[in-house]
Amino acid sequence: MEAKMQLNTLMANMFATGLLDDQFRQLQILHEGSSPDFITEIITLFCMEGEGIINDLAKLLNKPFVDFNKVDTLLYRLQGSSATVGAQRVKDTCIQFHKFCQDNTRYGCLDTLDVVRNDFYDLRSKFQIMVQLEQQVWTFYRKH
Amino acid sequence: MALAIAEAQFHVLAVDDSLPDRKLIERLLKTSSFQVTTVDSGTKALEFLGLHGEDASISVHADHLDVEVNVNLIITDYCMPGMTGYDLLKKIKESSSLRDIPVVIMSSENIPSRINRCLEEGANEFFLKPVRLSDMSKLKPHIMKSRCKEHYHQEEEDDLLSNSDSNTSSNPTNNSSGTDTISNPTNNSSDTTDNSSGDSSSARKRKAEAGKDEISPKTSRPRHS
Repeated sequence: MEAKMQLNTLMANMFATGLLDDQFRQLQILHEGSSPDFITEIITLFCMEGEGIINDLAKLLNKPFVDFNKVDTLLYRLQGSSATVGAQRVKDTCIQFHKFCQDNTRYGCLDTLDVVRNDFYDLRSKFQIMVQLEQQVWTFYRKH
Repeated sequence: MALAIAEAQFHVLAVDDSLPDRKLIERLLKTSSFQVTTVDSGTKALEFLGLHGEDASISVHADHLDVEVNVNLIITDYCMPGMTGYDLLKKIKESSSLRDIPVVIMSSENIPSRINRCLEEGANEFFLKPVRLSDMSKLKPHIMKSRCKEHYHQEEEDDLLSNSDSNTSSNPTNNSSGTDTISNPTNNSSDTTDNSSGDSSSARKRKAEAGKDEISPKTSRPRHS
């Protein structure tokens, strides 16, 4: 089944490139056996929350006077929810970001924000493909 | 496979300000056969538990209320804006009606001083995030222990009361929160099940008629997942 193959390839790629870690496998275990929407729901929530946080981080860092405590608090949220869904690369970038925060270096923070944003949107687009493929697979198996 | 006995499940209140984290803890708890309510703040947790910023030793006597908030365990994130998990823990332990409910703290940071502070304040367990399915098996022992304590307290009170006059129309020991509206927690899943479980544990039921003993907790045990 084409969609299943594509999905397997996508997942293998996401794990191999460090985009996802073992926590995501934990989610897959939880997902099994009942509601088909758990993974979709949790990654949707992560993406919603993540996008909001990244936008807020940009606003805070572009102020004339940066409140690094607020930046760090937001970062902590993003790091936490990345860890929750197994978004390893985003999480690791947050850890780097946190160091710049502690040093109160605006430009270090802004540069790392770009990296976080790229990592996040890369992950998000792959999650979207994953969900579509999952849906196709599920629809296929329901019919057959 | 366990028989599908129609027993009430244990009810866990989960508190976390992060959306994905709430979804995860809800899923972990449901997978482990708990009834779950999630809220996104300590303030909402206290509201749900019946504390409205006041001492909950003021119990509500309203026999027409058929809703009782029975929470068997509270699991809360440590780092939350406003009221932290630690603040929430303190409020719970200060409340005469809630202090016997076991509290578990979750945190993504492994800071020994933080962990100790929570345990000293009365937290029963500390989970490092992200919480795993294997952590769920640690919850029931705490619930069972608190039920034994509850039963012991109830028996002591019964002894005291049975020695006094037979007027039992008002029960000063009723510590169940008398919220007549269960505030719907801000929760994305419309799946939060109803909160009045038939099996009382930490909430003490009123005595029915004079002379009739209606002591909780019931001896039924939930089926193990």
